[in-house]
Amino acid sequence: MTAPLLQVDNLQKYFPIHGGVLRRVVNNVKAVDGISFDINPGEVVGLVGESGSGKTTVGRTILRLEQATSGAVRFGGTDVMGLGTSQMRAYRKKMQIIFQDPYASLNPREKIREILTHPLRLHKIGSASEHEDRAAALLEKVGLARDHLDRFPHEFSGGQRQRIGIARALAVEPQFIVADEPVSALDVSIQAQVINLLEDLKNDLDLTMLFIAHDLGVVEHICDRVIVMYLGRVMEIASAADLYARPNHPYTKALLSAVPIPEPGKRRERVALKGDIPSPINPPSGCVFRTRCPLATPECAKVVPELKPVGEGHTSACIHTT
Amino acid sequence: MAATSPAPSSADTQAVSGMATSYRRKELRRAFQSMLTSRWALVGMLILLVVTFVAIFGPWLAPFDPNRQNIMMRLLEPGEAGAGSLTYWLGSDQLGRDVLSRLLYGARVSLLVGVAAIAVGGTLGTIAGLVSGYFGGWIDDVLMRLGDIQLAFPFILLAIMFLVVLGPGLVNIILVLGIGQWITYARIVRAQTLSLREKEYVEAARAMGDSTFSILFRTILPNIIAPLTVIASFNVAGVILSEAALSFLGLGVPPDVPTWGSMLSESRDHLLSNKWWMAVFPGLAILLTVMSFNFLGDGLRDALDPQQRSVIESRGTK
Repeated sequence: MTAPLLQVDNLQKYFPIHGGVLRRVVNNVKAVDGISFDINPGEVVGLVGESGSGKTTVGRTILRLEQATSGAVRFGGTDVMGLGTSQMRAYRKKMQIIFQDPYASLNPREKIREILTHPLRLHKIGSASEHEDRAAALLEKVGLARDHLDRFPHEFSGGQRQRIGIARALAVEPQFIVADEPVSALDVSIQAQVINLLEDLKNDLDLTMLFIAHDLGVVEHICDRVIVMYLGRVMEIASAADLYARPNHPYTKALLSAVPIPEPGKRRERVALKGDIPSPINPPSGCVFRTRCPLATPECAKVVPELKPVGEGHTSACIHTT
Repeated sequence: MAATSPAPSSADTQAVSGMATSYRRKELRRAFQSMLTSRWALVGMLILLVVTFVAIFGPWLAPFDPNRQNIMMRLLEPGEAGAGSLTYWLGSDQLGRDVLSRLLYGARVSLLVGVAAIAVGGTLGTIAGLVSGYFGGWIDDVLMRLGDIQLAFPFILLAIMFLVVLGPGLVNIILVLGIGQWITYARIVRAQTLSLREKEYVEAARAMGDSTFSILFRTILPNIIAPLTVIASFNVAGVILSEAALSFLGLGVPPDVPTWGSMLSESRDHLLSNKWWMAVFPGLAILLTVMSFNFLGDGLRDALDPQQRSVIESRGTK
């Protein structure tokens, strides 16, 4: 087996809450509370969970858009968490991000030409005379045309903007891309286009991707493996096929039961979750999911369940089902 | 692919910077062109052009020496003929000096002080605001509290303190007025930076490996320049008046240099005795200049905003 491209090891991200006159840290929002996973080269790994589960924070912390509280992120064996600014720049070229909101992710003052050639200049990719051709090629790669170079972002639709955001991420020829809910801000008809584009690009460019989403239908389509997160912890990791066929964790089952089946008359057994996700400031003791879990027993409050293997490459964190 | 491409030679980098400047020049020309199609911006530019022309060529245009006093020709009404064949077109003041000549000379100081002080204050304030808003933490606290302290202090008192230490003079008054303004800009820039800092395109620049300097001045600053130009154009007015107040107190420009502000100050004693021309003409000069800066600011704001620009361009082709 090849060495993983990205290893996330016990990553924690706490956002401190300051209080009082002296602005002392009175508490922490435990957005990501000790998660570990590997991503192999060429693999697309989905990261799912409902709003507030910390999935976006994971993606941002890997790219050091947020400083991790503790833990390691190894890219090709190097821990990028401890790198200085100039050393980090070399890794910025290898890891890129596609943002959720295409209306906020492009600088409204820059023409597409500037948005796409700036990364090339910054990382000294190709000579100055090549930059324009490269930018045009990037646009064509994402289904836009060369004469879009001289336009401003506001002249494009949401789907087109998201394509430009993808082109920008691809400009530096990264090995790894964090796609942070890249389609959830788009119309359903446009979602399919962008998903297909991402899939084509992944195959053409041999990309490795962390695909963050809350829509399990989309994830099933594009991902090789899926990580299920809840309240800053990993609940279950499995190959996409395995996860959808044999979900183990009660939270995963609840999530899957919410996916509509595109077949009239066919119904799924619904596992409805009661209430909202608890506050990550004071997460429940033991298993964080126990307050909403249909299987919860008093023991769940005592021990933090560990990820245990339940099948080939399939792990789950529940004391009742493993 | 990137690995095989050679390191850029100096010719390459030169080409890059050349491309960047020509690109920027083109942008400026477009902004300028779209301003020409906005009627009010055009009016503002024309008036300012006249004022600038007067500021430069005032000495050649003025019929009198602006400081020549003539006790026999005190407080003449506009249009009255004085000694010899010379007419006091805008009247004379309490010392018999020609109002028109003083007005023409005064444009120089008023314009220079107004623009230069805003440049000083705007630059200081913008840098402080960007740093404060982007980094936050203790540096934000220090800068903003410093600004609060300054705002709690009457400006004129502060200016007097500065000028007593530095001594009066044109450069010092520009510095003092500039320093008096920085916090206005710092606060606006800080507030804008705070909100832009979280925008995804700023994050994208960080994810791309842009330097902090580049993020501040290349990504954030162009997005906040519009409100700044508008504030600056309003501010020129206040600064021209502050210069007047300081000149009146004897802390500004030496009394033998005519300024619009000092003319206005001197007219105060004669307003009740119906010597209206002493106040009206310098007042009008200030009003017109200030208004032109406002028009210019409005036009500039629209021209610099790419979303507005298409509107302006369609207006131009109508």
